[in-house]
Amino acid sequence: MIARPSSSTAVLSAHSAVASPVETERSQATATPSVVADPDIPWITLVHNDPVNLMSYVAYVFQSYFGYSEAKANQLMLDVHHKGRAVVSSGSREEMERDVQAMHGYGLWATLRQDR
Amino acid sequence: MTDYFEPLPGGGAIAVFDEFEAALLRAYAEQMLELLGTRDEPDAPADDLLASAFHSGPTEPPEDPALARLFPDAYTDLGPDGDATAASAEFRRYTENDLRARKRDDARAVIRSLDALGPGEQRAVLHLKPDECRQWLGALNDLRLIIASRLEITVDEDFEVLLELPETDPRSPLAMTYGWLTALQDSLVESMMH
Repeated sequence: MIARPSSSTAVLSAHSAVASPVETERSQATATPSVVADPDIPWITLVHNDPVNLMSYVAYVFQSYFGYSEAKANQLMLDVHHKGRAVVSSGSREEMERDVQAMHGYGLWATLRQDR
Repeated sequence: MTDYFEPLPGGGAIAVFDEFEAALLRAYAEQMLELLGTRDEPDAPADDLLASAFHSGPTEPPEDPALARLFPDAYTDLGPDGDATAASAEFRRYTENDLRARKRDDARAVIRSLDALGPGEQRAVLHLKPDECRQWLGALNDLRLIIASRLEITVDEDFEVLLELPETDPRSPLAMTYGWLTALQDSLVESMMH
């Protein structure tokens, strides 16, 4: 993330998020991916740091999509910035897929997984 | 730094664009539309809503790194027994077409507002309603993600280096545009949070 157009200060590269074109051996997608999911363990949405998204924009997204307070949105934004990623929501797998899709809509790099 | 966008009372934002800036941004928005269009499958009529509602989307990530950044994999870690690739493919199949359609709508909204400025005006005042602000914000962010990918900005310091490029460097114009779009987006976010 970058703080301001003139003085950017991002940490992590988004490159690891970009699927390599070399990986051509992909398994066939099925209606039910072979996930051994423990129903008791909740799912989480992670937002990862990248060198492009503005800190102000990321905080704006957390406020406007999740309805978080300015303080909470800023704290999550700073967590992404300093720690490389932050858990921005948790719930069912379906809910987290919705959140991840929304984050991708905003251009943030987001993934979901079980909170193991 | 110049504040491009200023908040309007009651929502929305206002900015002054000169002819060159408006033409530049329009050209980039057009290019983004074109790039997003390369992801369409030839047998899927993009504007046929009924068809697209029943047509499932792609399962493979885009090969173009800029598009791969706009449409990343949703799953990278499903534990030792999970198949993140299969889950990402399934997620992509149901979401990417919608996402892409929205991003194109945003790009079109930018083009529409710029076209409404009227030709030949040296300095034109752009008025954006709240909904248009959101579309502009999305389009500016997508454009920056695409350009950053082309400039191979992977860590923060990369952009610092690009700012110091000599004017003769072939990347210099794109790096300057990136810097301008960043300032534009930042002032728009600030206006919307006002």
